[in-house]
Amino acid sequence: MAVAVPGAGTEKHEHGSPPGSNYLNAQSGVWSWLTTVDHKRIGIMYLVSTLIAFALGGFFAILVRLELFTPRKTIMSPHMYNQAFTLHGAIMVFLFIIPSIPGSLGNFFLPIMIGAKDVAFPKLNLLSLYLYWIGALFALSSLVLGGLETGWTFYVPYSSTTSGAVIAVTFGAFILGFSSILTGLNFIVTMHKLRAPGVGWYRMPLFLWATYSTAVVQLLATPVLAITLLLLIVERAFHIGIFDPALGGDAVLFQHFFWFYSHPAVYIMILPGFGLISEIIATHSHRKIFGYKAIAFSSLAIALIGFLVWGHHMFVAGQSELAAVIFSFLTFLVAIPTGVKMFNWISTLWRGSISLRTPMVYAIVFLFLFAIGGLTGLFLGMLGTDMHLHDTYFVVAHFHYVMMGGTVIAFTGALHHWWPKMTGRMYNETLGRVSAVTMFIGFNMTFFSQFILGSRGMPRRYYNYLDQYQPLHQFSTVGSWVIGLAFLFVLYNLLASLRSGAKAPDNPWGGMSLEWQTATPPPTENFLTTPKVLHGPYDYSNDPKGTGGSDS
Amino acid sequence: MIGPKVAIDSFWLPKQSSTLAPQVDFAWDFVLYTSTIFFLLLMIPTFYFVMKYRRKKEGEVTSAIDHSTRIEVVWTVIPLFVLIALFFVGLTPYVNASVAPANALEVQVTAQKWSWSFRYPNGTTSPGKLIVPKGKPVRLVMSATDVLHSFYVAEFRVKQDAIPGQYTSLWFEPTQTGDYVVQCAEYCGAPEGDIPSDKPGGHSDMLATVQVVEEQAFKDWLETGGEDKSVPPAERGKKLFAQWGCSACHSLDGTKLAGPTLKGAFGREEELADGSKVKIDENYISESILNPNAKVVKGFAPIMPVFQGQLQQPQVEALIAFIKEQK
Repeated sequence: MAVAVPGAGTEKHEHGSPPGSNYLNAQSGVWSWLTTVDHKRIGIMYLVSTLIAFALGGFFAILVRLELFTPRKTIMSPHMYNQAFTLHGAIMVFLFIIPSIPGSLGNFFLPIMIGAKDVAFPKLNLLSLYLYWIGALFALSSLVLGGLETGWTFYVPYSSTTSGAVIAVTFGAFILGFSSILTGLNFIVTMHKLRAPGVGWYRMPLFLWATYSTAVVQLLATPVLAITLLLLIVERAFHIGIFDPALGGDAVLFQHFFWFYSHPAVYIMILPGFGLISEIIATHSHRKIFGYKAIAFSSLAIALIGFLVWGHHMFVAGQSELAAVIFSFLTFLVAIPTGVKMFNWISTLWRGSISLRTPMVYAIVFLFLFAIGGLTGLFLGMLGTDMHLHDTYFVVAHFHYVMMGGTVIAFTGALHHWWPKMTGRMYNETLGRVSAVTMFIGFNMTFFSQFILGSRGMPRRYYNYLDQYQPLHQFSTVGSWVIGLAFLFVLYNLLASLRSGAKAPDNPWGGMSLEWQTATPPPTENFLTTPKVLHGPYDYSNDPKGTGGSDS
Repeated sequence: MIGPKVAIDSFWLPKQSSTLAPQVDFAWDFVLYTSTIFFLLLMIPTFYFVMKYRRKKEGEVTSAIDHSTRIEVVWTVIPLFVLIALFFVGLTPYVNASVAPANALEVQVTAQKWSWSFRYPNGTTSPGKLIVPKGKPVRLVMSATDVLHSFYVAEFRVKQDAIPGQYTSLWFEPTQTGDYVVQCAEYCGAPEGDIPSDKPGGHSDMLATVQVVEEQAFKDWLETGGEDKSVPPAERGKKLFAQWGCSACHSLDGTKLAGPTLKGAFGREEELADGSKVKIDENYISESILNPNAKVVKGFAPIMPVFQGQLQQPQVEALIAFIKEQK
């Protein structure tokens, strides 16, 4: 093997773990989990927490789709509907998609992938998790405190004048922001200071470059959201006019502040997904990744340009025409590094040895859906077409293709990719593939129909709608049931593997990156001795099993 | 189908009913074809490679080629040029939509939960229905009284937020007569408490109509303050009475509200605040609508808003006819 890591069990135990011990069985009891500073255990707790949030957000999505089955009242009142789509959005954004990949897979694999024992600040890491839980409690308290109907965007003056638990939820998002900032800080320091001997920056797996870029955005953008939400709370609680015109404020200012965070936050959501796709495609193609540096630096480029495009959410919201023109131009620039990634992933398939295991099937689903999600962004970045499409279902479809077709599919694929490593169990391969294909079908049913609804003039956040849109709405709702079924397959498959799955080998996919070179599940200290890494994470062509090529 | 409808005459887009629509649709077609080509450029190789390089046995030799500067430049630079082209194609209709012709008819639009009101230069106000001439540019100057709203007519391809505390504007030139539905495109909540039966969904029921008519018909309509002369005056008056919210202060059943009841008002003699007496006739009613605080009935505060410049003569006549009927 290229990486000088001894196998489990027989070596001298530098860190003192007994043979056969791993992070799961090294200690037991609930208290050992709640007080752990092990990044892997924290990662698992993040995973469980964010998946519960995903299930809750998904439940509200199903409710929203059910209500839209008919053009008028179907199952709930307008207020319940407004709460359902608000909670769907707020939970999915703040409790699931932003914290999920960095918190769970990032925490679990980042230190292992650079050959470290843990993150730089393990206790701070645990604090991040607790802040997440506290923030989540505040956000979810709205369920019993009179609800929230502002939409996840909290636009003023509606949010500063409506009744409901606006303060509780925004304060929750404020706390969640600090959780996000601390995680980002921790990851940046970890990657700078704790790389094992031989792990140069260009020997880090691309998931880590993506995580690094994400962490930069988390650190720089999240404080702006925190300030904005605090100002909103001050306005609501003390009637100090900041955003509400009735108090002498400026309603558009809020949108500028909000999107100054929330557009970069879109890249907090998608960049880790990009990283996961790089890992899955290279590993399951057994091929050196094409354009390593291009992929790595395109993540950074997206993170940086992402700070300069927030105004494209406001083309028809009353900002100046000149500002709109500049924001439109800058928005198109984001497409370049994104396209570079797509081309490189596809080139990695070229002359690879592609194994269509579940994670790879998800990765191909990702390529398909994300291509649509990215390309439909062009329709919205163009000023002329955005006038027609803004705030219609076209936008809803676009960001679901990116966020769900992109991030959620990548996350689900990566969960299958690393499940054996994390749990020590293999899931049912056939059911895994069936879940991916089912999700692909359900997803396109649900959301492609929404592109058509939007281009035909159906506005978003509508409880009632014109009769003519009913057939497409019904098709979309049926699609949401197919997606639900696909996630039930995933849930059953993964849980069943814990009970009765085959024992996972250390390296089931023949991967080259560091996480595959340690025991399954990993010991508490990740490696029995500090690994000395002799080359990069994708050097499949150096494989002694007879593949050709040379290290470059 | 009953009720408002967006006319759709192609797979993707509504019918083109303004001069802007063909410009927007050109941009739509351009980006639709461009992105379809790029989608195929991405997906055909993906599926071809997955089939061709599918693993047949373990330990297959895979390529060591890990980059190619030439191809990377190609797939950076070519898309860059395509994107710049898209930017300019999208820019043109936006610039045209931003600058209204100098001769445009200006209509003030007020958006509030959950209705639209349109006010013409001569003072005529039309709640819920914007009547405009075909073939003439119309500029809407918009504001909102409570929260954000957005004026959207799909067949015209125009959309603009209405914002409390500031003015925004949009313009369009309709090319075909007919009724078009205005949908509110910025979320603005749902009613609390007593739910109005015609607007249970709030935001999603905040609809209005744009009625495009021939120029002469528009002129006639505007001169009469938007009155349909074929309807009896008292009936029109009843509608106006409801539309303008008169019933909030003037009861029709004798109940004393903020203003005097109109039951049996016509011909009644009232004592004014200064002690003088007045008989309620056509002149008094007309004056009391247009300039209500000139002669206030004793026992009532001078709080009624002035309607001079908002209601036209035919409308005042219709209201008088309606009040006469309240015996």
